[in-house]
Amino acid sequence: MHRIVAVLLLIILMQGMSVCRADGVDDAYEALSASAGSISAAGFNSVREGIEQLAVSGDPRAAVVIGALQDGLLYANDDHVLFIQLPDGTYVDARTGKPAPDVTDDDVKAVRVNNAVRSAIDGALGSLQLFAPDAPTRLKAASAVFTSHDPAALPALTQALAKETDPAVKQRMEQAKAAAILFATDASQADRLAAVATLRARGDQDARSLLSTLAGQTGPVADAAATAVVAIDRVLQIWSVAQSVYYGVSLGSVLLLAAAGLAITFGVMGVINMAHGEMVMIGAYVTFVVQQLMHAYLPSLYGISLLIAVPMAFLVSGAVGVAVERSLIRWLYGRPLETLLATWGLSLVLQQVVRSLFGANNRDVDTPSWMSGATQLGGLTLTWNRMYIILFAFLVVAALMAALRYTSLGLRMRAVTQNRRMAAAMGIKTPWIDALTFGLGSGVAGIAGVALSQIDNVSPNLGQGYIIDSFMVVVFGGVGNLWGTTLGALTLGIVNKFLEPIAGAVLGKIVVLILLILFVQRNPRGMFPLKGRAVES
Amino acid sequence: MKLDRSSYLTLSFVLGVALVLALLNQMTAVGSALHVPTYILALAGKYLCFAMLALAVDLVWGFAGILSLGHAAFFALGGYAMGMYLMRQIGTRGVYGNPNLPDFMVFLGWKELPWYWYGFDWFGFAMLMAVVVPGALAAVFGWLAFRSRVTGVYLSIITQALTYALLLAFFRNDMGFGGNNGMTDFKDILGFNVQADSTRSALLVISALLLCGQFLVARFVVDSRFGKMLIAVRDTESRTRFLGYRPESYKLVVWVLSAVMAGIGGALYVPQVGIINPSEFAPGNSIEAVIWVAVGGRGTLVGAILGAILVNFGKTWFTGALPEVWLYALGAMFIFVTLFLPRGVMGLFRARTPKEPEPEAPEVAAAHEVTG
Repeated sequence: MHRIVAVLLLIILMQGMSVCRADGVDDAYEALSASAGSISAAGFNSVREGIEQLAVSGDPRAAVVIGALQDGLLYANDDHVLFIQLPDGTYVDARTGKPAPDVTDDDVKAVRVNNAVRSAIDGALGSLQLFAPDAPTRLKAASAVFTSHDPAALPALTQALAKETDPAVKQRMEQAKAAAILFATDASQADRLAAVATLRARGDQDARSLLSTLAGQTGPVADAAATAVVAIDRVLQIWSVAQSVYYGVSLGSVLLLAAAGLAITFGVMGVINMAHGEMVMIGAYVTFVVQQLMHAYLPSLYGISLLIAVPMAFLVSGAVGVAVERSLIRWLYGRPLETLLATWGLSLVLQQVVRSLFGANNRDVDTPSWMSGATQLGGLTLTWNRMYIILFAFLVVAALMAALRYTSLGLRMRAVTQNRRMAAAMGIKTPWIDALTFGLGSGVAGIAGVALSQIDNVSPNLGQGYIIDSFMVVVFGGVGNLWGTTLGALTLGIVNKFLEPIAGAVLGKIVVLILLILFVQRNPRGMFPLKGRAVES
Repeated sequence: MKLDRSSYLTLSFVLGVALVLALLNQMTAVGSALHVPTYILALAGKYLCFAMLALAVDLVWGFAGILSLGHAAFFALGGYAMGMYLMRQIGTRGVYGNPNLPDFMVFLGWKELPWYWYGFDWFGFAMLMAVVVPGALAAVFGWLAFRSRVTGVYLSIITQALTYALLLAFFRNDMGFGGNNGMTDFKDILGFNVQADSTRSALLVISALLLCGQFLVARFVVDSRFGKMLIAVRDTESRTRFLGYRPESYKLVVWVLSAVMAGIGGALYVPQVGIINPSEFAPGNSIEAVIWVAVGGRGTLVGAILGAILVNFGKTWFTGALPEVWLYALGAMFIFVTLFLPRGVMGLFRARTPKEPEPEAPEVAAAHEVTG
């Protein structure tokens, strides 16, 4: 119902507008048609003025008419009536859009264009978008004017601003107007100062580059622009630091996810599990399989397939972990170096199994719509998938800590790692606790695989890329300490992202590795070493 | 120094096979049934170079208890030194025909030879660098690590980080070592054509001689008083320290020696395979070298040589006959050897010799790990 009312209102409004602007529109059509067929300078001038008038007139046919002119399809007869030629060769009245069946090619002459007219057409079409009915188009048009900062667009901008109701579009239009004023030679000093203030308030890289074009000039406007540039620089620098921190936290959360499971298997149990990366890889493939199955059998729930993949990945990777512990690792306790070799062998086998089952190519895992896209927070660009991964990483670590701290299984795990013989004497079945602990660590790795499937290629080599980083994080944070792992991951992520702009991505990574090697030399037991008896191992 | 029977057997096997292959290649006509094609020579030479790497790993892992997961880095550094010499020998015969710069530098638009390439057109200097650079890196790394008592798994992980960092570094074009593509298309070594059969035969025999030399040096080291100390450090480092010795000095010396041995292996490897690129630094390569030693028998030296030759022979055969099975076989070998053959192939032969103390039972050892 209210849609109909709105349409009616719009029609009434447009009627009113075309009535009150009739003079301007008449002039515009007159100017356009007056010199049809002519190629004199005065003729082109008249056409250009006609375009400019038409563009700001608010006439609903303006875009069609100017578009036809651009395509060379605008004609006028000797009575100065404009016609548009249709693709089939017939004509319509340009002003009303009604068919004009009795007009023939002999009655009309084309309205000619030259380069000056063409640029007027481009500008006019641009500013016509400022009056488009939908807000996104208007916003885009305003941004385009801001970029071109052509003073010729000022009249159109002023009119559009008067009508604009959407606050975001309005703000962008004001910024565009300020940009245009800055380059208008006839603007008053007060206007230009106000324009500088508007751009300073916008405070981004584009505003800065506009303001810095005034650098060579003198006078109060240039001075204001210079101080504005300094102010914007300061703000931009703060935002860029914040952005680096965000990227660093994002990288850190990925490292944290990859390392959280290792913090259990390596940190708590002391098992050097080189197949840890493959547990992550299995989790990513579980995500792929779950998505395929949901696509085939439950398309209605496809959007939440990732949420279903999380417990599935935990179970599958956890089960693989328990099987590995029972069949392989339990024979190797107390021989860490042999464990390392055997699990490396296991990782090769697991990679080859996955390669045989799924092929060596990357598999596509979809990103659900609620995870794609980005949002703007001040000068920060936050992509949704990274945001969710950061959140997810912290949730996983919190759940892991809670499980170790508050569940009966967690209590047993801690008892067994602290004093195996005493725990056994108290009736705890230590072999099963070993298997479950290893399964828990592997399951968490599987969950990490679900998250990594969103940002990395799902291929048999997925896990290898994370294994060295994960060990670094655990060693850096201090073995057997989830807080240390968390802080270690975040520190490494942030340091990496701050080094990247200085040294480049690869060199930055090398520097981080060297720093880590040196760090381990100085603190062989990480940032937060365990204290007390547990140290003596 | 008294050599046991297995040492004599291995030495004569290595030298004998190398000589026979080289002679059959040189003395017989190309069509004859006895003729050994050149690619076999290159393959055998490659195995012998890997055996040098395995020997180096066994020296530190078997006798000093240092499990290095980055030994291929020293091997590759030696290889790069040789590669740089061979690049300089190309002279104007490169694609761009630039007399001063290797092709990849011309391609990058460089105008001058970087300072660290000076001297590499002289064979003696390049060979000196092939041992000095790995040795120096090992000395710095080892001095830092052993002094601060980084041991066991932690040391293994940071050696892996070291080779990973080098891998990333050598991938960079700006480093001036050919970046991703490395160095290849070699022409001459000491004036002889690298591709020629006679050069290949000579390189194979030289590799065999150097391997035997390295074996004798390693044998001498482990049989000496110094070697006894190494074993003491390996078995109970803290007790050795309490007796007034400095375990870190013993470890450092053997660590540097091992790196030098690996570097020599790498230097001989490059002319025989004809290429050196950053993938030689891949952490997987170092771990594979460890499995050669584990398969052959850790702490036996002979086993390292046998293991390297056996595993690589298997790899060549598998990747030719059943490519997709190779990773299964390699992985299964890792697991099987660690679970069922803790003393490797050599352990099978030595069943009758007096028993070494068995490793502690898993439960007890694990309890030790945690409670100390």
